[in-house]
Amino acid sequence: MIIINGKEMALQWETLEDYILSQNYLLEHIAVERNEVIVPKAAYGQTKLLRGDRLEVVCFVGGG
Amino acid sequence: MSEVAEVQITREQWLATLSQRQGRALVDKFQKARVAVCGLGGLGSHIALTLARSGVGHLSLIDFDRVDLSNIHRQAYRLTHIGSYKTTALKEMVMEVAPFCQVTTHNTVLCAKNIETLLAEEDVICEAFDDPKAKALLVQAVREKMPEKMVIAASGMAGWGSPNTIQSRRVSQNFYLCGDEKSGIESGQSLNSARVQVCGAHQATLILRCLAGFLEV
Repeated sequence: MIIINGKEMALQWETLEDYILSQNYLLEHIAVERNEVIVPKAAYGQTKLLRGDRLEVVCFVGGG
Repeated sequence: MSEVAEVQITREQWLATLSQRQGRALVDKFQKARVAVCGLGGLGSHIALTLARSGVGHLSLIDFDRVDLSNIHRQAYRLTHIGSYKTTALKEMVMEVAPFCQVTTHNTVLCAKNIETLLAEEDVICEAFDDPKAKALLVQAVREKMPEKMVIAASGMAGWGSPNTIQSRRVSQNFYLCGDEKSGIESGQSLNSARVQVCGAHQATLILRCLAGFLEV
């Protein structure tokens, strides 16, 4: 299991990049924290998702 | 002829009156704080004024834009500010309500090259941009390079949805997010002052709560 934005999910992605691509996120609109630490954009491909990880994907929309 | 009376208030009077409402201990904490407001539109213009009224001692106001007529319906500016830089206009308004607030202005686009330098001295970073790429870039940079700073960001306040759908949450230790996280202008919804201010008020409240030491949402 992995917790993504507060929801428990089956771990079905190898890397953070796999997950982000599977959700069709716009890379330039998001910021991702894994276990309370921000993941640099260039590191998504090497960031292996592990059982028990807690991911927070913040997706920004326009307006302010 | 001006109908507005010139009022001379001393710093001591200003702070003593605020302290009667908020308590001296909180006012002292707010006075020491340095907050950067990044983006001075519908969120940032109201947030900066609110923080100044509450006694935040140092504000850094950052925006590259000038006031135009389309800003007047939603942002804190007045018609007389049209054509002025938002930094200059907002500093003027802040000084009118909080004349002893130390205000620094940066008339510039925040980007990867200048974020660290411009924000080095700040305790709290308020993300109040309108462009989602600028929002993500600022949050990413601060969280990567200056994770000790408090970041209060916003996403999702367009349209006429219920104000109750705008919420605050603590994403991680030093990172808070306000908004409904879905209503963006790209979906064709327009921004209206009231709902944007609900979101900005969430941000201002979180900033003051963090400065007061209440870290949970």
